[in-house]
Amino acid sequence: MYFNANGERISRARWKELYQAFKNRQEIIRARLSRRDLWKMGLLSSAGMLVVKNGLSSRAYASWGDGNCRSGTSGCGNCASPFTTPWSMNMPIPPVKQPIALSALTGPPPTIAPNNAINAATGKPYEGRTRAHQSPIGSHSQLPFPATKIYQVTQKAADVDVSGGLPPQTLWTFDGVSPGPTYVAQYGTPILIRNYNQLPADNGGFGLNSVTTHLHNAHTPSESDGFPCDYFSVGQYYDHYYPNQLAGFLSTHQGTNGDVNEALSTLWYHDHREGFTAQNVYKGLLGHYILFNSLDTGNETTGFRLPSFPDYDIPMMFADRCFDAATGELVYDTFNIDGILGDKFMVNGVIQPVFHVHPRRYRLRWTNSGPSRFLQIYLTDLANPSASQPFWQISNDGNLLPHPVQVPAVALGVAERSDVIIDFSQYAGKTLYLENRLNQPNGQGGPTGSVVSGGQGFLMLKIVVDLPAVADNSAIPSASTSYYALPSVSGTPKVTRNFNFDQGRNGQWTVNGNLFSCNTARFLVQQNSLEQWNFQNGWNWSHPIHVHVEEHQVTKGAPGLYGSDGDDHNNYSRWGSQYCWSGCTNNSATGVNLARKDTVRLTPKANATIKMRFRDWLGRYAMHCHNVIHEDHAMMVRFDVAPTGDTKSSP
Amino acid sequence: MLINRRKLFAGLVASPVLAGFAAPVPGNVATRGKFAPKLPPREALRQRYFPNVQLTTSQGKRVRFYDDLLKDKIVILNLFYATCEGVCPLTIMNLKRVRKILREEINHDIFIYSMTIKPEQDTPKALADYAEMHGVDDPQWLFLTGRPDDVDLLRHKIGFADPNPDVDKDRSRHSGMLRYGNEAMAIWGSCQGSADPEWIAQEIGFAVPRVFKRHPRVND
Repeated sequence: MYFNANGERISRARWKELYQAFKNRQEIIRARLSRRDLWKMGLLSSAGMLVVKNGLSSRAYASWGDGNCRSGTSGCGNCASPFTTPWSMNMPIPPVKQPIALSALTGPPPTIAPNNAINAATGKPYEGRTRAHQSPIGSHSQLPFPATKIYQVTQKAADVDVSGGLPPQTLWTFDGVSPGPTYVAQYGTPILIRNYNQLPADNGGFGLNSVTTHLHNAHTPSESDGFPCDYFSVGQYYDHYYPNQLAGFLSTHQGTNGDVNEALSTLWYHDHREGFTAQNVYKGLLGHYILFNSLDTGNETTGFRLPSFPDYDIPMMFADRCFDAATGELVYDTFNIDGILGDKFMVNGVIQPVFHVHPRRYRLRWTNSGPSRFLQIYLTDLANPSASQPFWQISNDGNLLPHPVQVPAVALGVAERSDVIIDFSQYAGKTLYLENRLNQPNGQGGPTGSVVSGGQGFLMLKIVVDLPAVADNSAIPSASTSYYALPSVSGTPKVTRNFNFDQGRNGQWTVNGNLFSCNTARFLVQQNSLEQWNFQNGWNWSHPIHVHVEEHQVTKGAPGLYGSDGDDHNNYSRWGSQYCWSGCTNNSATGVNLARKDTVRLTPKANATIKMRFRDWLGRYAMHCHNVIHEDHAMMVRFDVAPTGDTKSSP
Repeated sequence: MLINRRKLFAGLVASPVLAGFAAPVPGNVATRGKFAPKLPPREALRQRYFPNVQLTTSQGKRVRFYDDLLKDKIVILNLFYATCEGVCPLTIMNLKRVRKILREEINHDIFIYSMTIKPEQDTPKALADYAEMHGVDDPQWLFLTGRPDDVDLLRHKIGFADPNPDVDKDRSRHSGMLRYGNEAMAIWGSCQGSADPEWIAQEIGFAVPRVFKRHPRVND
């Protein structure tokens, strides 16, 4: 019996057709036909997608060998969105969130303890928080309360344009935009964000209007972390207190008010609602949060002299989505619990937008917001698609590297981030594209490891270098430029813990054989101690594993760029001689993996080792797979940071 | 339970009043153009995932999957077969406990549907014996069988099929996940049938509209 992607029974003949289409595409890729050849053959649209013709569709996959793509509309790369005209809208840049006066907050003034008083207008407690703010009390009392800067944001539905060719989409947004506004914070300046939930009861088919907002990678006290089980309901607010302090400021580096080498640069916030994270993030609840200090200043004439914010420092949120062919509405594949792929690539909330730039250096902050797709992003000149266009990667997971590294591409698992510097002066008058060349046939397993040749991948962003020449006072990046030194993790860990990620016999994700529950901390980390965690992937799928509260370093098993040695013959990315996309075990960290990270890509059947300290804060945190579909189905562990930890080696 | 679930269900409250927020909707909004009218959310889900196939209960009653089992209801769905010795007995025992917790804590009907994946051997009589063996005597908990093709179709539609065909054809390795949903509100989630019943009940509570949020029990 054969099924198509919709679970409908189809004939063997039809199935063979679908499978043939898949094989055709593979043959084209193998034959390395140039883009021009394909265009001549009428097989390539101007969008860079293979034309749906005679079964030769990039979407007509029959994955997993015999085409058992049945569990939904998009899990097997079988999403079939309607045609959209690429490059018809400019890339939006979300507004910078502006602080307000304390007196301008809606509702009662902020309190250190949760405000449990009943709001007569809603019949619910004013606030959804359940634990007091740690930051301004006790030994931390040097931190001001309410905070130095106050913000208020509202989560609500809004109709937004995602493409010239689609009807406006009713998304869930922060302040009416998705991605939401960008927070620009300064180290040493604590902020309080009052976060109102005004989402509608009508979810449009997916999403749960009960939310918790996680600030991804921030060194944040537990009650403001956006822990998955700290959700709050419609009509309530949640006051998040973000201290914006360097790790170690209350522990290992009190004298210097924290370790500057732990400074973070590019963070993002997103909904983290237990069981509904994927639906809510897919629906639009995400945005960027960036941090500056006296070195990474946002001003290209001071400190590291990185391109100035906001003119030449641009956050970019990558996502893939699926739309209904008949109604043009955003589709979420509700009953697919393995992983979801879209066939429309969005940057900052718009499908295949255009970005006009000046011929000078830009800092681009790239975030892969998923839900399930891994990316390997190249800069492509379609006039010469096989030519490598190297650029400088300056951060890994938003944390500046010790030195810039010149790379041919950047690989990003879901939630991974990377800041890059591209010098467009060498491309004056030209048009370039950001192109994802990573082959990923379905949302479940992750990438195959193979990389298509230039011009044959998915074009995500068109960059036109047509604005006038302007001054560029930013520093020229080079291998000898220094940012932050890598903090030492060479000490003996207090405890080494082992985690085996697996799918049980009956399709239930487990970590060390255990299932997630909000109610149970699987282990206790001793505050301010060094830990080593060994991850083992017992499954042949890929999992980007994210650890809350403080960044880690990958000491073994660091995955490199996907593809073969030949794709990096100049050794730009300096990931050593071993190209590791599967079964990575002993790969040492070099190049851009010599970095502070918050998410490690656990490749199929691979091991990885990370080391980190959990400093300054107490309370509950999570470690989980950031393929948000897997995360929602309990590939997650709750751990608590406590004054006294345990030594469970296999929690 | 530290947290009382009693009376948590009180229907939907009207949208709370909170004035003073600007509503910046980006301009240049495209028209619907060539696209079909937007479907109501539950209708879109029905068309995509809920074929209205005929099933048979352990009492021999014929029921339609969407019309009789899902429409307007809060439901829990799981797979089993009568001779399954792996994950099924644990799931059924968990569901019994979940049912008890939900009856105590949530003032709303919640239906449980356990569908066999071996319809060729699980006759209505076999299902009735199975229910009796497990001490399930509950008009809101149905054990279901049907035509093998229909059962297989449903299994795929609601995401209980394994993408790996070798795993998928081994019926002892069928999905141990639970699906839960509130059909009228188009809220659908999923959790693990082997999990702690208290936790499963809490998760299913996510699909039940509540006035007060219910926080998980915490250890502080």
